[in-house]
Amino acid sequence: MNRTQSVIVVLGGFLLIWEAWVRIAGVPAYFLPAPSAIFIEIAQNPGWYARHSAYTIGACLLGFFMALVIGVMAAIGIVYSKLLENTLYTFLVSLNSIPKIALAPLFIIWMGTNVSSKVAISMLIALFAVVIDTVLGLRSVDPDVLDMTKSMRASPLQVLWKIRFPTALPAMFAGMKVAISLALVGAIAGEFVASNVGLGYVILTAQGMMQTTRVFAAIVLLGILGTLLFYLVSLVEHFAVPWHVSQRGSIGGH
Amino acid sequence: MTAAKDDIHVAVRNLEKIYKLPKGGAVTALQNIDLDIDRGEFISVVGPSGCGKSTLLKCIAGIADISDGDIKVDGIEVTAPPDHMAIVFQRDILLDWRTVLDNILLPIEFRRQRKAGWTKKASELLHLIGLPDYERRHSWELSGGQRQRVAICRALIQDPRLLLMDEPFGALDALTRDDLNLELQRIWMTSKKTVLFITHSIGEAVLLSDRVVVMAADPGRIIETISIDLPRPRTLDTRETPEFGRYAKHIRKCFEELGVLKSSN
Repeated sequence: MNRTQSVIVVLGGFLLIWEAWVRIAGVPAYFLPAPSAIFIEIAQNPGWYARHSAYTIGACLLGFFMALVIGVMAAIGIVYSKLLENTLYTFLVSLNSIPKIALAPLFIIWMGTNVSSKVAISMLIALFAVVIDTVLGLRSVDPDVLDMTKSMRASPLQVLWKIRFPTALPAMFAGMKVAISLALVGAIAGEFVASNVGLGYVILTAQGMMQTTRVFAAIVLLGILGTLLFYLVSLVEHFAVPWHVSQRGSIGGH
Repeated sequence: MTAAKDDIHVAVRNLEKIYKLPKGGAVTALQNIDLDIDRGEFISVVGPSGCGKSTLLKCIAGIADISDGDIKVDGIEVTAPPDHMAIVFQRDILLDWRTVLDNILLPIEFRRQRKAGWTKKASELLHLIGLPDYERRHSWELSGGQRQRVAICRALIQDPRLLLMDEPFGALDALTRDDLNLELQRIWMTSKKTVLFITHSIGEAVLLSDRVVVMAADPGRIIETISIDLPRPRTLDTRETPEFGRYAKHIRKCFEELGVLKSSN
C-alpha cells in the first residue's frame, strides 16, 4: 500500500465510522452532523462557500507572502549585522512568546474590519517561522565553503546570493510549510474578531444560530484548503531544491 | 622537472600562528616555520593530526591571519588570497544545486567574467581528468572520486600557477586514491604548476613529491625536509622499489622518534 492509498483507507474508514455512529445512535444534527450532511451542505451552496473561502485564502496568502518577504529580509539583516541580531532578533523572540492571536483585536482597532487587518495578523503569526528557519539556513553554510569563496575573492553579495541563499533554501521551505498553516490560523483569527465575510465569519455566525452542519462545512473546507496550501509549498520546494537529499525521492515529504 | 634553484615561488619566513582561546590562553599552531617552495616544485607536507599543516596552507592561501613572520608569493607579501592560486580541499565541497559545469565555472562567476568563454576550457579539463561529457550532470549524482575530480577541475579552470591541496584524497578509498595520485602527477608534469600537497599518508607524499616536509605537533613545526630523487613519471610499481621503501622508512623514523608512531621492530 503506498502513501496515497493508506491516506484514503484511513480517512475513508474514519468517515464511515462517523456516518454509521451518527445514524445508528441518532445523534442530533445540531450536535454532530453526519459527513454526508456536511457534503450536501457544501454541494448545495457552492458559490457561497467559494466566495467565503476565496476571501480567507486571499488574506492568508497575502499574509504569507508578506511574512516571506519581510522575514527573509529580516533574516539577512540578522545574519549580517551583530546589531540587528542583538536588537531585532531579541525583539522577535520576545514578541513570539506572546500568543499573537491576543493581538488580533488591536489590529482591528488600528486597521479596521476590512481585509488589511486579517492580512496583518496572518503575516505576524507566520513571520516568526520564516525568520527562524531562514536565519538557521543562512548560517548553516559549511566553513570550508566560506574558505573557498574567500580564496576565490568573492564579494559578500556574491556569497549571499550564490552560496548562502541556495544553502538556506531547504530550511526556508521547512519554515514556509509551518508558516503557510500559521498564516491560515491568523486569517481565521482576524475573521473571528471582526468580519462580515470569510470562513471564520461563517463559523462564528453559524455557531450563533446553532447551524452545526454549516460550522462543520467551513471546518472541512479549511482542512482541505490548509492541506492544499501545504502541498503547494511542497510542490514549489520540489522544483526549487531538486538537488536536496529530502527531494530526491518523492513529492510532499517533510 | 626541477626548476632553477633561485626561482622561489613561495617564501615563508619565521612564520608563527597563535590561536587565542575564547576563555583566555593561547595555542601555538605554528612556530618558526621557514620554507621556500621553488617554482614548478611539487612539495608535500606530512605530519600527524593537529601539527598545523592545514593552517600552514591557509596562511599561504591568505585566508588565515598570521601572528608573526611573513609569507611572500611571487615576491609579494600575502595579505589577501594571492593571484593565480587555487585550493583543493579535503572534501570536494561542490555546490549540489549546480551542475558539474557550473561548479567548475564558479570562480569565473565570482570574477564577473562571461562564462561562455570558459565552457570549452571546462570541457577540456573534464576530459583530461577522465569525466568526458559530464558537464550537465548534477554533482549529487557523482561518486566521491568523481566529485573530487570535479573539484580539481574547479581549481584548475583559471590555470593557477600555485595549487594548494589540503589532503585532497584523504576521504577517498585506496583504489580511487592511487588513480588520482597518478592523474595528479600527469597534470603536474604537463602544466608545470607549483603544488603544495598536504597529506598524512607517507606513501602518497613520497610517490608524488620532489621534496617532503615533515612536521610535528605542539607546537606545529618543521622537523625535517627530505628531497625525493626518484625518476619521473612514477608509477604504482615505484612503491615497490627499495629506494621508495628507504624514503618511506626514513619519514616513518621521524615520527617514531617523535613518539607519534610506535616502532615496528
